Amino acid sequence: MSLLDLQRDMRAWLVDEDAVAANRLGGGDVAAGLRIHLNNFRAQLTACLEESFAHTRAWIGGDAFHHAVVTHVERVHPGSWTLDAYSRDFPATLKLLYPADPEIAELAWIEQALAEAFAGPDTEALTAAELHDVDWDNAVLRFTPTLDLTELTTNAPAIWSALAQGAEPPAVAMLSETGAILAWRDGEMPRFRAIDQIEHQALLRLRASLPFGGLCAGLVELLGEEAGVARAGAMLGQWLADALITSLGSGTRLDAPEQPLPPAHDA
Amino acid sequence: MIAPFSGFGLGLRKPHYAEFLETRVAVDFVEVISENFMVEGGRPRRILREVRERYPVALHGVSMSLGSADGLDGAYLARLRALVDEVDPLFVSDHLSWSRIEGFNSHDLLPLPYTNAALDLVCANLDRAQDVLGRAMLIENPSTYIDFAPADMTEWEFLDRLCARTGCGLLLDVNNVFVSASNHGFDPLAYLDGIPHARVRQIHLAGHSQGSELLIDTHDQPVPAPVWELYAHVLPRLGSVATMIERDDAIPPLHELLAELGTARHIAAGCVRAAA
Repeated sequence: MSLLDLQRDMRAWLVDEDAVAANRLGGGDVAAGLRIHLNNFRAQLTACLEESFAHTRAWIGGDAFHHAVVTHVERVHPGSWTLDAYSRDFPATLKLLYPADPEIAELAWIEQALAEAFAGPDTEALTAAELHDVDWDNAVLRFTPTLDLTELTTNAPAIWSALAQGAEPPAVAMLSETGAILAWRDGEMPRFRAIDQIEHQALLRLRASLPFGGLCAGLVELLGEEAGVARAGAMLGQWLADALITSLGSGTRLDAPEQPLPPAHDA
Repeated sequence: MIAPFSGFGLGLRKPHYAEFLETRVAVDFVEVISENFMVEGGRPRRILREVRERYPVALHGVSMSLGSADGLDGAYLARLRALVDEVDPLFVSDHLSWSRIEGFNSHDLLPLPYTNAALDLVCANLDRAQDVLGRAMLIENPSTYIDFAPADMTEWEFLDRLCARTGCGLLLDVNNVFVSASNHGFDPLAYLDGIPHARVRQIHLAGHSQGSELLIDTHDQPVPAPVWELYAHVLPRLGSVATMIERDDAIPPLHELLAELGTARHIAAGCVRAAA
């Protein structure tokens, strides 16, 4: 047997408990060793998910979490050299398993995003005091590479915070309209914040190099002159306070985003 | 050749970070798991920088997968090279094993058949790794639970030829010799007498557990008496080496590991007195 064939058979054993592959590897002579490696393989993946999603586990309970782990191990095979990568698809597995309980996948997203931000690239954030003579119309905001965003439909952030503090978590509540959540690292501290769709879309477009003037124009169109400019200023101030902006570049001013911002509600 | 280093160290583990950074721990070096610090930034990299300012550091990897039949992961090697450049480690080591094949990673140290074909493959992979890293590596003998037949050579003969062909050194894990010898029924003294002694630069000492059928390399126990006896047997045959205690689970307070390291120092001192 070639080394490649041997390694393919070992993979088949670990992933599928393939008895034919096990026989080719040596059958009874290697059975005890194969069982140890199968246990090692599963134990590594289980430990990875249990450590990565402790609050999600606390929320759904050990039995449900174990079922989710078994499903994930069957559904997703590890490919990266780092086990940290194995947890990335777990929120998607939870979404498949619990479509009627979206807070579960959203809790897991928060845990995963915070973990990724924890070891993400180091950057220095801009402060308000460093902003002089900025051509805001053409300014392109560069955000920390640890920033991640996703849509949010429940009060998962409040549930996560209560679990993290060892407090009684609130009951699940659906948001009146779909919002979003951002996660990033400020210094060495991973953080998250729930946001509305206007800020979500603003961040997506600015990250795609829309100049700040283009954002302002879109917000004025959406909210009116006074409210649009005020909202843009408020968001900019919050991003600076959150240490989200790392530098300013320059781009070509667009009078309005290619896609309209979402309809205003109580923004 | 890899420059020798004589001393006694510990593996750096999370429960002990603060003590290593806030006090002067009585070790000559620390060993870190390379992959734990092959991240882009944040607290892990800051801690490693601060540890490196206080102690010599050895980088010990678990994911190079030197025995992969489809070659090494170039992105992994590039990240490890960046870490090596930042840390300037005493040693860079990984295992005589494989973990990854065709996009699948088992995250386990899987065994190789000790055949001429496997030796050629591991030599080619190790040559590439050492080229990328710009330095020679130490290769650790694994604990094994499967003895693939037929083999063309013993594990210690495989390591001897690997060293001769690639210029690598050895990280001798004495516990792994004991575990594999027990599982496969070979004489651990024959193993320790058969390795190329001049190539050994580092020694791992650890504990193991009795599984239902085989001994398992769990690193969750103190170093047991038979492993100390093997250490005392091999040490006089070696040149300057860096000895360390490896504990990855059921991690005790630091003073307990330092006490175990004291046993290693005591055995080494006895070897020196016997040779005088």
